[in-house]
Amino acid sequence: MTEELHDVRLSVNGTMYEIQVPARRLLSDALRHDLGLTGTHVGCEHGVCGACTILVDGEPMRSCLMFAVSAVDHELTTVEGLTNEDGSLSPVQQAFSECHGLQCGFCTPGFLTTITAGLRDNPTPTHEEARDMIAGNLCRCTGYQNIVKAVERAAVLVDLAEAPAPEAGRRP
Amino acid sequence: MKPAPFEYRRPGTIAEAVAALAGGTESKVLAGGQSLVPLLSMRLAAPALLVDINAIPGLDTIEVEGEDGGVRVGALARHAAVLASPDVRRVQPLVPMALANVAHATIRNRGTTVGSLVHADAAAEMPAVLALLGGSVEVAGPAGRRTISADELFVGPLESSLAHDEIALSAYFPALAPGAGVAFEEIARRHGDYALVGAAALVDGDSVRVGYLSVADVPTVVDLSGVPEAGLGDAALARLEPGDDIHATAEYRAQLVRVLTARVVRSAREHARQSREGRR
Repeated sequence: MTEELHDVRLSVNGTMYEIQVPARRLLSDALRHDLGLTGTHVGCEHGVCGACTILVDGEPMRSCLMFAVSAVDHELTTVEGLTNEDGSLSPVQQAFSECHGLQCGFCTPGFLTTITAGLRDNPTPTHEEARDMIAGNLCRCTGYQNIVKAVERAAVLVDLAEAPAPEAGRRP
Repeated sequence: MKPAPFEYRRPGTIAEAVAALAGGTESKVLAGGQSLVPLLSMRLAAPALLVDINAIPGLDTIEVEGEDGGVRVGALARHAAVLASPDVRRVQPLVPMALANVAHATIRNRGTTVGSLVHADAAAEMPAVLALLGGSVEVAGPAGRRTISADELFVGPLESSLAHDEIALSAYFPALAPGAGVAFEEIARRHGDYALVGAAALVDGDSVRVGYLSVADVPTVVDLSGVPEAGLGDAALARLEPGDDIHATAEYRAQLVRVLTARVVRSAREHARQSREGRR
C-alpha cells in the first residue's frame, strides 16, 4: 500500500520548510529526519520524558505528541533556534554550561526550551518555582540539582543582559 | 512506537468535520492529542481516519453564560488557557483547582479540557469535576446538535456516549452557588502523574458531595450529606469499590479514599466559609 503524502509547510526557527510526509509523521521525526534538525531529541516517544520539547508559538509542547501535518500555522522554535543572533549561547544555554547542568546531554534540548519559555513568563522564579518549571522533564544523569541552579543562574543572566534597557518587557 | 497509517482530514468548519466523520470508517477526532497520540504511537488504537479540528475557527472560546451562568469551554480551549482564565476562576474555582493537577504545564499547553472529558478516562481529573458539578457536553453530529449531561456521558473505561460520527463542541461547567465551597485533592506517585486516587468536593449548605477519580471505571460521585465528620471516609467507601492495579492495591486505594475524603470535605467547608465571609 502506498501511503498518501501531504504537502506540509513548517516554519522553524524563522525558516519556512516545505516537506512531503505521511499524516502519521510525528513532528519530532519531521524535525529530525525531514528537516535534519537533530537537536530535538526523542526519548520516550509518549510524552513523559520531555526531551522532545520545542516551542510552538513560544509555548513549550511535546513534539512527539503532535503530527507534522497538524503543526502548520505555527511558529516553531527548536533548540537550534535558541542561540543569540551572533551564534553565542543564550542565557539559559550559558547557565547550563556554567552550572554543569548536563552530563550526557540527551535531555538537555527539552530543558533548554522549557526553561527559556519559563523564564520569559516568570523572570524571577523562587527556588520552588524553578523546580516546578522543570517538573515535566526527566534527567537520568544530574539528579536535577545543577539544573535547578542553572535555572536560577539563567534568571540572573537574563536580567544582566536586559539591564541596560529600562523596563525591558517580555520578549515575544 | 510509530502510529499505524491513517487517512487525515483537516476541515475548516464544524459541518465539514461532521461530514468527514460520516460513514462507517473507524475514526477519531484530533484536538490536543495529548492522550490520543500516545495511544496511536503505542498502537493501542489504530483508527483508519483522523479528523483534525485544530483549523476550525471559533472553538477556542471560554465564555461565562448569563448572569448566574456557569462557564462554557470550547473544544479547542487548551487546559493552560482555561487554567489561566480569571472568568473561570471567579465563576467555578473547582475547575482551575483540578486543572493544576492535570499532567504538566507542557502537556496543558496543547491538551484540551473538552478532549480530556470525551476521552473519558476515569483516572483523569476533569471528568470527575464535570460529574460532580453536573455539567454537560454539547456535541454535533449528522442529526444536528445535542447536549449530553455528565451522568450520561461516562459509560465505561475510556468510553463516552458520543457516537463515532459526533464531535464535542464545548463543555459547560455550572457556576459555584453563592456561599458554597469546593476543593480538590489527589495523591499521585509524582506530581503530574495520574492520581492513585483523587477527590473533588462540593459543599453547599447541608449538601456534601464528593467526586472520585481513579477509584472505579467511571468517575463516581457520592452524596455524603448528613454524614458526621469522623465517618466521611467509611461512608464513602461503603459506596465505592476501589480496584487493584500495578500502581496500588485495593486496600491502599481504600485508605487513600478515607484520607482524601476527610481532607477534601474539610477544605471545601473552609472554602465555603471564606466565600461567605468574603461576601459580607
